[in-house]
Amino acid sequence: MTDRDETAAKITTLIEPFNKKGVAVTEGTRFAQDLEWDSLTVMDFVASVEDEFDILISMNRAAEIETVAQLIDAVGQLQSER
Amino acid sequence: MTDLFSKFDSLIEQRETLLKTGMTDPFNLVMERVESPTVAICNGKRTILLGTYNYMGMTFDPDVVAAGKKALDEFGSGTTGSRVLNGTYSGHREVEQALRDFYAMDHAMVFSTGYQANLGIISTLAGKEDYIILDIDSHASIYDGCALGNAQIVPFRHNDVEALEKRLKRVPAGAGKLVVLEGVYSMLGDVAPLTEMVRVSKENGAMVLVDEAHSMGFIGEHGRGVAEAQGVIDDVDFIIGTFSKSVGTVGGFCVSNHPKFEILRLVCRPYVFTASLPPSVVATAATSIRKLMHSADKRAHLWENSKRLHAGLKQLGFSLGTDEPQAAIIAVLMPDLETGAAMWEALLERGLYVNLARPPATPAGMTLLRCSLCSEHSSDQVGEILGMFAAAGRATGCIS
Repeated sequence: MTDRDETAAKITTLIEPFNKKGVAVTEGTRFAQDLEWDSLTVMDFVASVEDEFDILISMNRAAEIETVAQLIDAVGQLQSER
Repeated sequence: MTDLFSKFDSLIEQRETLLKTGMTDPFNLVMERVESPTVAICNGKRTILLGTYNYMGMTFDPDVVAAGKKALDEFGSGTTGSRVLNGTYSGHREVEQALRDFYAMDHAMVFSTGYQANLGIISTLAGKEDYIILDIDSHASIYDGCALGNAQIVPFRHNDVEALEKRLKRVPAGAGKLVVLEGVYSMLGDVAPLTEMVRVSKENGAMVLVDEAHSMGFIGEHGRGVAEAQGVIDDVDFIIGTFSKSVGTVGGFCVSNHPKFEILRLVCRPYVFTASLPPSVVATAATSIRKLMHSADKRAHLWENSKRLHAGLKQLGFSLGTDEPQAAIIAVLMPDLETGAAMWEALLERGLYVNLARPPATPAGMTLLRCSLCSEHSSDQVGEILGMFAAAGRATGCIS
């Protein structure tokens, strides 16, 4: 597995406990529209991603992330900046 | 043409549905007369005020009112200018001196509102490369201060010291860090663990700002707030406060010991590009702040009221925001907006005003009836309040 695949797998696992609607998650899945997450759920999920990868995702950065693919790429970039 | 108002349609619909039931609009109440810090006439009816943040009851203090009248006579109705141009009168200097004395700090800067104090200080202090780490339940004025600036904004779970510490440690080396906290969180009336939070912030090289809007005047030995009560005020870099709660008028401020603090007067846009407070307002504020330094008896009575209301409501079977009373705010948890609005109206009909608070102002989508006590509430009034809660609670089915 590439680093990106590994990140993708971990993120898919992290989404599961918040995926109350049982939506089939792909890289194209959108957090707000498809998973129907409210701001509190987003906050809890972001915190779990931050803890998993030991990174900071600022609100400024999070506002630009709409899909699972964008999150995977952002995590990769934030890790490389550390 | 796209109607720019269409984004508000769902809110308009929600309001219409609620008001169609014949409900009084909870966000459109008029106080026709105000008799004292604790009583007003609403819809022609004598109403006990339990939702005004007028914690120390200074709004009708004879010395405070007299100082305002004198300033109105001597300096006129307004300054018509910015603090850095024609808007600094001797009264503005005097109220800043009163704040320095009250907090025993070197610098004080007065803004036209508390909202502007947060807006100005936060947006000016943290620049593009800096990080603001803030409690997720922070007040709207704190979030708006973040939005006005261009720092990186990192929220952490409410009152969670470990979550704060983890995020502090992840900030890139060399970046500036501002931790923003509140002494008392106004929705649930809970107090922050400032001792630990200020310690981890300092250990990780952050500056700390604490908003003490809901604690000034009655928490801490000198009424300086939660940071004083928990013994960490000397490690707090900036305290934000307001004149619109315990002080009893309107205005906001920041106090600090930072040696370069005064430069903010030239670079802080919400300070520069607005008119200063009217002379009567700063005169009432200065008089009130000086009186608050010597108000131990009133503080003791306020705490007594808070404890009694908390215990009484708990005994009636209401769910409250905190297990023990931590401040002068007691939040009564409602199951949903409809029940909350019905309970709010039932209380008003019986002669009691409280705040109906609902999302997005509240955490976790809660609907709350927020009660804020005043040192001028008599013991009889607290008894009356509990009687009205019991009757309204039974009438609306909130309690059995």
